[in-house]
Amino acid sequence: MSTGMAIRVGADVVAVHQVAESVTRFGARYLERVYTEHELSSCAGPPSVRAAGLAARFAAKEATIKVLRPVGHQPDWRSVEVRRHAEGWCTMALAGHAATLAEQAGIADLAVSLTHEGDVAAAVVVALCGSGTEAVA
Amino acid sequence: MDETIRTILAEHGHLPVDVASISDEDDLYQAGMTSHASVNVMLALEDEFDIEFPEAMLRKSTFESVVAIRTAIGELTAS
Repeated sequence: MSTGMAIRVGADVVAVHQVAESVTRFGARYLERVYTEHELSSCAGPPSVRAAGLAARFAAKEATIKVLRPVGHQPDWRSVEVRRHAEGWCTMALAGHAATLAEQAGIADLAVSLTHEGDVAAAVVVALCGSGTEAVA
Repeated sequence: MDETIRTILAEHGHLPVDVASISDEDDLYQAGMTSHASVNVMLALEDEFDIEFPEAMLRKSTFESVVAIRTAIGELTAS
């Protein structure tokens, strides 16, 4: 039975050591260009722990962009934010062009799951699409 | 300029193939460059050419090939 809704799924994998290398090589320019203050504060700790958290967040950003399906202009990395709640689970918060793309697709909510093990960090994002301004298959 | 771009791609692009085997027009994402690697390429290009990519140029297409990168740098250094 059709409900008039559609599901979009995005997933991404990031190598933790590459994020650690970016932090070492580019420092604050890399961190401030890609991550929000909230994300950076959520990833405190020793460098290896921090890199794993940041890598999982980058994977979540990329997974979300796959769900948003931008054509041409890409959302700013910081406009796709992983919000960590006090209880430990995470949600996605969108701003700017990313929020506009979500609105156009009729995406009311995004669910995200982050994970990391060893050198691999990954994220899966699921969106429920309703009646946006573009046709949803 | 192209040699500098290729040096940066070799150092930061994390491509699974030799950069020398990629033509100026080849799609770098198809060749294996990830989104995260493209961020590093962007930052390294900014360092090397003393430029800053504005948000309006943060398109996948800006970094999709050597010729696309060359064009983007040309636009930024001309302005």
